[in-house]
Formats: sequence, structure tokens, C-alpha cells
Amino acid sequence: MAKMTYIKAITSGLDQVLNDDPKTLIFGEDVGKNGGVFRTTVGLQDKYGEDRVFDTPLAESGILGLAIGLSLTGWRPIPEIQFMGFTFEAMDGIVGQLARDHYRFGGQKNFPVTVRTPFGGGTHTAEMHADNLENYFTSTPGLRVVTPANPYDAKGLIISAVESDDPVLFMENLKLYRSMKDEVPDEKYTVPLDSAKVVREGTDVTIVAYSAEVNESLTAADALAKDNISAEVIDLRSLSPIDTDTIFASIDKTHKVVVVQEAQRMAGVGAVVASDIAEEKIMSLDAPIGRVAAPDSVYPFAQAENDWIPNADDIEAKVREIVNY
Amino acid sequence: MANGSKQIVDFAKIKATMADPYKHPVQVIDREGKVVDPDTLAKYSDDQLVDFMKKMVWERTLHEQTMNFSRQGRLGFYAPTAGEEASEMGSVTAFKDQDFLLPAYRDLPQMIQHGTTVAKGFLWSKGHVQGNQHENPNMLFPQIIIGAQYVETAGVALGIKKNKDEDRVAFVYTGDGGTSQGDWYEGVNFTSAFQAPAVFFVQNNGWAISVPRYKQTGAETLAQKAVAMGVPSVQVDGMDIVAVHEVSKAAREFAVAGNGPVVIETLTYRYGAHSSAGDDPSRYRTKEEEKPWFDADPLIRMRKVLTDKGVWSQDQEDKLVDEYKDEFKEAMKEAEAAPAQKVSDFLKWTYNVPTPAVKKQIAEFEAKESK
Repeated sequence: MAKMTYIKAITSGLDQVLNDDPKTLIFGEDVGKNGGVFRTTVGLQDKYGEDRVFDTPLAESGILGLAIGLSLTGWRPIPEIQFMGFTFEAMDGIVGQLARDHYRFGGQKNFPVTVRTPFGGGTHTAEMHADNLENYFTSTPGLRVVTPANPYDAKGLIISAVESDDPVLFMENLKLYRSMKDEVPDEKYTVPLDSAKVVREGTDVTIVAYSAEVNESLTAADALAKDNISAEVIDLRSLSPIDTDTIFASIDKTHKVVVVQEAQRMAGVGAVVASDIAEEKIMSLDAPIGRVAAPDSVYPFAQAENDWIPNADDIEAKVREIVNY
Repeated sequence: MANGSKQIVDFAKIKATMADPYKHPVQVIDREGKVVDPDTLAKYSDDQLVDFMKKMVWERTLHEQTMNFSRQGRLGFYAPTAGEEASEMGSVTAFKDQDFLLPAYRDLPQMIQHGTTVAKGFLWSKGHVQGNQHENPNMLFPQIIIGAQYVETAGVALGIKKNKDEDRVAFVYTGDGGTSQGDWYEGVNFTSAFQAPAVFFVQNNGWAISVPRYKQTGAETLAQKAVAMGVPSVQVDGMDIVAVHEVSKAAREFAVAGNGPVVIETLTYRYGAHSSAGDDPSRYRTKEEEKPWFDADPLIRMRKVLTDKGVWSQDQEDKLVDEYKDEFKEAMKEAEAAPAQKVSDFLKWTYNVPTPAVKKQIAEFEAKESK
């Protein structure tokens, strides 16, 4: 077991799947010799050859077309879209084609594609790099959407994503790439694609979050603990489908819930979680469902990012409001 | 720079001459039915030529029968194919069963030739999943969002290359309008970058629904677009089945040999409406425009060549038409006998492993469906 960054854990997972299955292919812009603009695929071309790990021309729709066509000829593609904002160029490929193709064939053919893409605010990137675009994809039947919040889950989830016969959108948080280290096993392990995880146990209130906001929620929980407010923190990990069982079990214990997301409030994952809770667990709640989200503007210019992204203070304030309701 | 002095580059000349290599469509039989390339025609036996004619009669009869079915309300979305028989039958017959076909919505005749049934074609039109499940697995369903089939071709072709399948290519169709899509460029360019085996057909039938070819681009030919991607291309008389077949065969050989993709622009014409769903060509084009194309009909010229050779007669053709009509009526009966579709099945096919919410919905619909 070694201490590993989030990004190294993803590299380690990719190394594992390339080693296990000769039909896996990694491709995208700059992923070959350069090892990706963040070095997520560094060393993999040297190890597995240019036939398995290769650069493509600069065109995201073309990259998705490659992935679908390669699936049709027996390959297991792992394309990278360099930044999530660039998925707009591949929207037909991901949403119009890939997610529907198993269905269109009446289940006869599989499209085991894992689309990796970095996203998330806080690193002062150029425009269209940091946007949280998950809600475009979580409203797409046929597509699984996962995003790890720590290095251990990053490795286990990327392996599960690649091994899945369903198409998976694997969202990698830019801010987490090098900001945290975890004990990560060297050997192979998997994290299930459709399960949330209780990352901190508590009794007074449930905080549901994902990706970088899990860490913000844990920081808030620490602060709340000083005032004897015991917060349970759930990391969704999978944004489609959402593991409501884990959320509902927690609510049965705490009877209060705050749902947190970095994305704008409108029509987001948090809204889906809140409506699932309202539908099934409203009688178990003794306070309204609290929500923490970014405001409904376009993703901000980099200098103002930290005023816009919800942080631990915002979460703490909302939890106090709900607990004291 | 003073007026009249020589410019460092003559853009006017470049513009005036850039289409020159591309605007000489390959032709074997001209519109009058005269053989203009007897050496090429001599490569084909009478039987082969008769077979070409039969396939065109088959496609024309399919067109007419589907128009009848549409009027009777027995088909859904259907794109008429009359006028494009030489382009479609001449090209598809140059490929082998193991080649991978990526069709668009006007390409049902090629799909049937490549290994599905007429009934499946009808089921696709009617909106039934069985219309996407073919005997020959080497084809995709017809692409509706034009352009996607091009980028997917790049993937199929690269997969073929990586699998080291030596006698296999991808082949794909779009129309003149399709070449305006970014995906068209990305698909041809990716295939070129990977030097993967594919043949890209552009069936230039003059019209993208109501928008004429000249409004799609300032380029004089569509074939010349390929040069930007380093891909060889050619125009072919799309009303001449022998020319289309010959060019398609050469393209397949070139691609199979590891030389990368080819683009073929077939010059053809959509005689009818864009689709059976209410399009009326009289809103946007004139009878004067249509007439010369109707006169250039691929069946008329082939009929003349074969009649001159003494291997074809009107009587023979009439009998064939009757046979084909019976075949299509049988196929429609088969399509109409397909089992009703179930929403619970749709839910089962959405994921390989249903999500918890989908599992619940499957149970709900199964309960409804069992009533």
C-alpha cells in the first residue's frame, strides 16, 4: 500500500485495465507521448505501445465517433475529453449515439466505453474548463455517470467503469488531482459503480455531496462537531444512478438532510436527490430539505471563482439553519 | 502596393482552377445509352450486366411499392430512392459481406443488399426494434442525425486496422447536405490520420430537403473537399451503374491495400420528395430542372445497352416487376406480423445491468403488460 494522489490513483487504475484486457484502448488529445495535459496517462504509451495508447486529431466529436466504431469492432475504448467543457463538441456522440446504441440494437450489441473528463472549479483555469456539466449527462438514459472524491475511490471506480459493459462518463476533479493523498492498494480492486458511501458517521443531520464538495462537507462537519452537532456525510460517487438506499437509511437515523453540489442550483443533481427524498422520506424528516449550490449564473471568470463556489462555510451555515429549524 | 503591380499570389487563378482535377465524372455509359468506355464495359459479362439491371429494377419497384404502402399508412418515415438506383446498387455490390456498412436514412436498399431482409427495412420505417436487428451483423442502423455515421466510420475503420482484418473495409453514405456537417470533415480526417480502410460515399442528389446543392458550399465539387484531408476522391456519373461499380471496386481495393480512405461523389438525383412525411418538391424546384435528370435515368440507359445486346426485353422486365411486388407485399405481411413491442423491453435494453430505478419501472410495466 502506498500513499497516492488522486491523479496517480487514476493512472494506476488505467495501468491495471490496460494490463488485464488487451482490447482496452486509451486515446484522445495529448494522451500519448505527452501523457495528457495533466499527466493522467503518463508512461502508459511507453508501457503498452502506440497501438493501445494514442493521440487523436483535435476534434471531440471525432473522438466519440472513434469510440463507438471501435466498440463495433470488438474494442473496449477509454477516450479522454481533455476538459469537460469540450464535451459540448461531443454531445451527439455521447448523448445522441453512445448512450442509446445498446438500446437501439435491442440489447444485441454492447458499447463498453468509458469517457474520462476533468472538471471542477478552484484552479483558475481558462473558460470552459472547470464547469460542472454533470446534469446534461445525468438526464441521459443509458449512460452511467460517476465521480470519485478521493484517491481510493478514483482507482476502484475507473477499473469498474472500464470493466462495465455500459457506457460510463468518468468525471475527474481538477482541484483534487494533486491536492490530496490516500492509502491506495497497489493490487487490483473495484468500487461499485452505483453505490454511495458514508464517509463520516453522524446522528444529527445528513450531508449529501459529491466530488470536491465532499471534502468541503467534511470540513464543515469538523466545525459543527465542536458545537456538538454530529453530521453524517455521504459521498454519492455515482450521479447516475443515485444510490437512494444509502441516503434514505441515513435520513431514517438523522431526520435532517442538506444536499450539496458545486454546480449551479438549477435542475442539478441536488434537485434530483431532494425530490427523491421528498417522494420517499418526507414523513421521516423533521425539517425542510436544505440545499447548497452555486448561484444560477454562467460559470464565473477565474478571478471570482472562490466567491462563487460553495465552500465549507456555506455548508456549515446551511446545516445550522436546518438543525435549528 | 501600386495599382496593377503583380501580387505575390494569384488567388483568382487558384480559385478558378482548384476544382479542375475533380470535375470530370467517371462515365462508362452516357445518358443516351451510348457506351463511352467500351474497354471497361468489356470487363463485365452479360450475366453481370443483367444482374445490375435486375437490382435497379428491384430498387425502383421497392420505391414504388413503398410509396403505395406509405399512402396506405402502412409505413412510417421512409426516404424515397427513385433516381438513385445506379448510385446505390452500383456501390453496394462492390463490397463483401464482412465489410461494415454505416447507412443513412436513404440507404435501406443497400442494407437489404448487404444482408438484411425487406421486412426488416419496413420494420425500421414503422418504428420497430427488429428493424435494427440484422442477419448480417456488419452494419449499423440508418443514421438519422446526419454526420454521426461519418465519425463512427473512422472508429470502425480503425478497429478493422487494429484487428488486422486484411480483407475488410468500412463503407458509409451521406448526401450532398451531409458534407456541410463538421462530423463529415472529422470522420474523413480521422480516417485519413489513421490511414484506416474506409470508402466514403457522397450521394449528391442535388437537394438537402429543399436546399439546393449550390447553397451548401462555395466549392464547385464535393469531391474536392477530400483533398484538404489528404484523401483521394473522384466524381462519378451516379446514373451509370457500371461506372459507379467500377469506381467503388477500385476504392475498396485501394483501401484494403492499406492506403487509407477514399471519397466518392456520385452525381445523381432525388426524383421524389425528401421523405414520405409531407415534403412537396414543387415548393422549391421546377419541372424544367427535373426533366433532364429524368431523361438521364439509370434504368433507361442500362435498358438500352442490354436490349442492344439482345439480353433484355420489356416482357422480361414486366415479369420481374410483378415478382418483386409480390416479394414486397409478402415482406409487408411479415413486418405487420411482428410482435407488439413492450416498454419493459425498452427499459431492459437501456442498460446492461438495470439501475434500481429502472428495475422498479420494469416491474411496473411488466405488471401493466401482463393485464
